[in-house]
Amino acid sequence: MNTSILILLVLTSLGLIFGFILAFANKKFAIEVNPLIHIVEDVLPKGQCGACGFAGCAAYAEAVVLNADVPPNLCIPGKEPVAKAVAEMTGKQAAAVEPRIAQVKCAGSKENAVLSHEYQGVQDCAAANLLFGGQKTCKYGCLGFGTCVKNCPFDAMTMSEEGLPVIDPEKCTGCGKCETVCPKHVIAMMPLGSKVRVNCSSKDKGVTAKKACKAACIGCSLCMRQCPHGAIEMQNNLAVVNPAICQEKCTEALCLTKCPTKAIRPVILGVVPGTEDKACAGCQ
Amino acid sequence: MAEYFTLFMGAVIVNNFVLTRFLGLCIFFGVSKNLNASIGMGMAVTSVMTLSSILAWVVYNYILQPFGLTFLTTVVFVVLIASFVQLLEMIIKKHAPALYNMWGIYLVLIATNCIVLGVPLLNSESNFGFMKSVVHAIGSGVGFALAIILMASLREKLQYADVPKSLQGLGIAFILAGMLALSFFGFSGMIAL
Repeated sequence: MNTSILILLVLTSLGLIFGFILAFANKKFAIEVNPLIHIVEDVLPKGQCGACGFAGCAAYAEAVVLNADVPPNLCIPGKEPVAKAVAEMTGKQAAAVEPRIAQVKCAGSKENAVLSHEYQGVQDCAAANLLFGGQKTCKYGCLGFGTCVKNCPFDAMTMSEEGLPVIDPEKCTGCGKCETVCPKHVIAMMPLGSKVRVNCSSKDKGVTAKKACKAACIGCSLCMRQCPHGAIEMQNNLAVVNPAICQEKCTEALCLTKCPTKAIRPVILGVVPGTEDKACAGCQ
Repeated sequence: MAEYFTLFMGAVIVNNFVLTRFLGLCIFFGVSKNLNASIGMGMAVTSVMTLSSILAWVVYNYILQPFGLTFLTTVVFVVLIASFVQLLEMIIKKHAPALYNMWGIYLVLIATNCIVLGVPLLNSESNFGFMKSVVHAIGSGVGFALAIILMASLREKLQYADVPKSLQGLGIAFILAGMLALSFFGFSGMIAL
């Protein structure tokens, strides 16, 4: 037989066989995917931050469509609009999403904090933390190597010259990724609308805390006594503001007046903790 | 038995497909940023390569050789492997969703990869029997997995290193791969195929 005809025959029949097998398999192994999953996934912000408690946006979309028990308001970065859209699409009740933002509870800038040693290893907070708990004398403070900045899925954090992370309130979605990666747990999520915050995480006694950092909360409880609404409590030598009470009842922020180290400050979004005075001269 | 063992070890270490023959470099660099992903990729490549080598052996010995069409080997193998990977993807998606979630995405990458085509081609070129083809394919797959896992472990450590700006990313990865290949070069000639 002529070779060229043979080639044609063999290649055509091979192609046909493979084609038929694939076509058959496509029918036999077809999986029905709920198209709603893709539509819901398109609405989500795609930060893959995991704040909803699922592995990613796709996983949450699948869960919220297929599982009746999964609420539609778990996407924190998406805030109100996404929760509403997801609720509408899945036919579930939309509960409110409380908008929140990351805050750095440390004012231990290069100027304020005292170092216990020089650290020259891997430039990463987790690594620095392994060596005697970091280079600062205060073992509760921000280490300043920017692990949170590197991990922010929304590009909302930058490292300031003072060595503390700054959060861009426009970009921060409150997903909480920085909170989980920070080895010092110095970043916490707070609801938008709080009047004051404590720029310190030190649980050391006043004298020790003051020696380690100029801006430390020394646990004197003056702010607690100033507040007429009882929004401030003392826990482990540290003032803790109850955001719900503060947001609702506070009118004149008396707590700010007496703090000897200025550890408790008005909330001005997007500035380095501890430099609120410079950011807004009219606030005093 | 000893023959198979030498063939296997030869494919894993001495003639490592990635580090001495430089095949499959695109996935080698693409998927070696993360150790878990590279383990998945190594497993996927090994299994796909073994199964497609078996198929290719059948097609080569019962269709191409009897008709005297061995010059069509490359074309036929490309079609064969591409459609086989598609089929495999469908089957896994339907019957083992957990496995599909683990390395389904890598299957698509493998479909058109030179390392998966290279092994069946080498098998037919060297006129390997059935068992030899299978052993050679498994060995090559394990060799690939070894190379990519080594590379991923190194690159994970590299994340924390102070790399000069001009070399960051792929630049330093290329240098690293070269050094790895150089170390594997030390095995050359130990087992002659």
